[in-house]
Amino acid sequence: MNPIFKHGPSPQHRLVLVLFCSALLIFFDHKMASFESVRGYLQSLVSPLQYLANTPKQLMTWASTNLTTRRQLMSENQKYRLNELNFHEEAMQLVMLKQENDRLRSLLASPLRSEIKKMVAEVISVDSDPYSHQIVINRGAGDGVYEGQPVLDALGIVGQILHVGQTSSRVILITDISHAVPVRVQRNGLRLLAAGSGQIDRLIHNFVPQSADIITGDLLVTSGLGGKYPEGYPVARVSFASNDESREFVRVFSTPVAQIDRLRYLLLLSEKEPQNIFAPKIQEKGPLTAIKPQEKVTN
Amino acid sequence: MFANNGIIILFTLLIALMASIMPMPLNADVFRPDWVLIVLMYWCMALPGRVNIITAWVMGFLLDVLLGSVLGVHAAAMAMSIYIIVENHQKIRNFSIWQQALIIGVLAALYHLVVFWLQRFLIDVVFLTSYLYPVITTIVLWPWVFYLLRKVRRNFSIK
Repeated sequence: MNPIFKHGPSPQHRLVLVLFCSALLIFFDHKMASFESVRGYLQSLVSPLQYLANTPKQLMTWASTNLTTRRQLMSENQKYRLNELNFHEEAMQLVMLKQENDRLRSLLASPLRSEIKKMVAEVISVDSDPYSHQIVINRGAGDGVYEGQPVLDALGIVGQILHVGQTSSRVILITDISHAVPVRVQRNGLRLLAAGSGQIDRLIHNFVPQSADIITGDLLVTSGLGGKYPEGYPVARVSFASNDESREFVRVFSTPVAQIDRLRYLLLLSEKEPQNIFAPKIQEKGPLTAIKPQEKVTN
Repeated sequence: MFANNGIIILFTLLIALMASIMPMPLNADVFRPDWVLIVLMYWCMALPGRVNIITAWVMGFLLDVLLGSVLGVHAAAMAMSIYIIVENHQKIRNFSIWQQALIIGVLAALYHLVVFWLQRFLIDVVFLTSYLYPVITTIVLWPWVFYLLRKVRRNFSIK
């Protein structure tokens, strides 16, 4: 049935209605941030679609891991065994250093560092919106993921959790234009802010004074200020530092240490008690007491 | 909406949504065509009584959730491009396939520019020409999508 005379509201009315709805959504989502909990539910709602979209890639990786030759496996095995030996040796030293550090800290009467819990997650889909750098991982509120949780890969800081769904969650990367990490130069402890540039291989450091001692190749690690990221994890390596003295500030760029463009397995760190956004609000007292020692460290 | 095999329309739209978030290598990702827009455009041209601006807005909203952008941005841009198609569907139907492809290209460019302007207004993004690369792939893809979807429509006799 194809009516010659159309029924219902005209396209113009529909367009006006719909644009009005969009304007309201944009206002409330961006300016008021009143969709934080709704976002969680929406994320859970669309996660089946994300898991489905990810299946071709998973089939390919499954095939490629199952079709390796014996020789390849053997050589890999050998490599891992050597690696393990190295790590064992380093771990032995680490235990000793930790004890020594704790002892020294107790002598100085500064609070001991709390143990950091870790969780492994896998990337399920890479965001294709060119205006923001985000990825989706296969862990959600059900696994104890919370908003603002720091995310690492094997080499360094990757980003933090932005929205949490029940079975998946969204990570904002350090290179996103709206993200910044407090860092310090490992060589001399100089504090900086590493802001994302929107380019996958560049972080920008604004307002660095001319007197700052910073050279190309310096490693930047998290400073622990701001309370989001724990102290001492590598973030980026300085790739460019201009010495043009006519400018007010030094122009400093750096390249993330983590392989932002080829992420697969990630590590989620948690210092405080996980707080489920889908759980009733009674839990609020738990995290507050858990944060306290952290605050002392930053003071 | 679901009478006369209308569920197939929904199915094609879901596949388009999936294709637009499927993980791809970084170099190919810049050229990802606007799957949802192209499928919506076909259905709007073929069956303007079934698929309209409201459908387009809902699909754009889902895209916003999937891509993690500010809610309403892709929805508004999608609704605007589809509005132009709905208003002129009688004319565009009579054009040859490559003329249609060019019009689709212009509308895809409008879609990307509206998204960019809104994002520019909300967060300070800078314009890169790579944001418009999908327009090229969308133009090239249109004839294939058109014939495929027409086959689907006739096969399932969706009216």
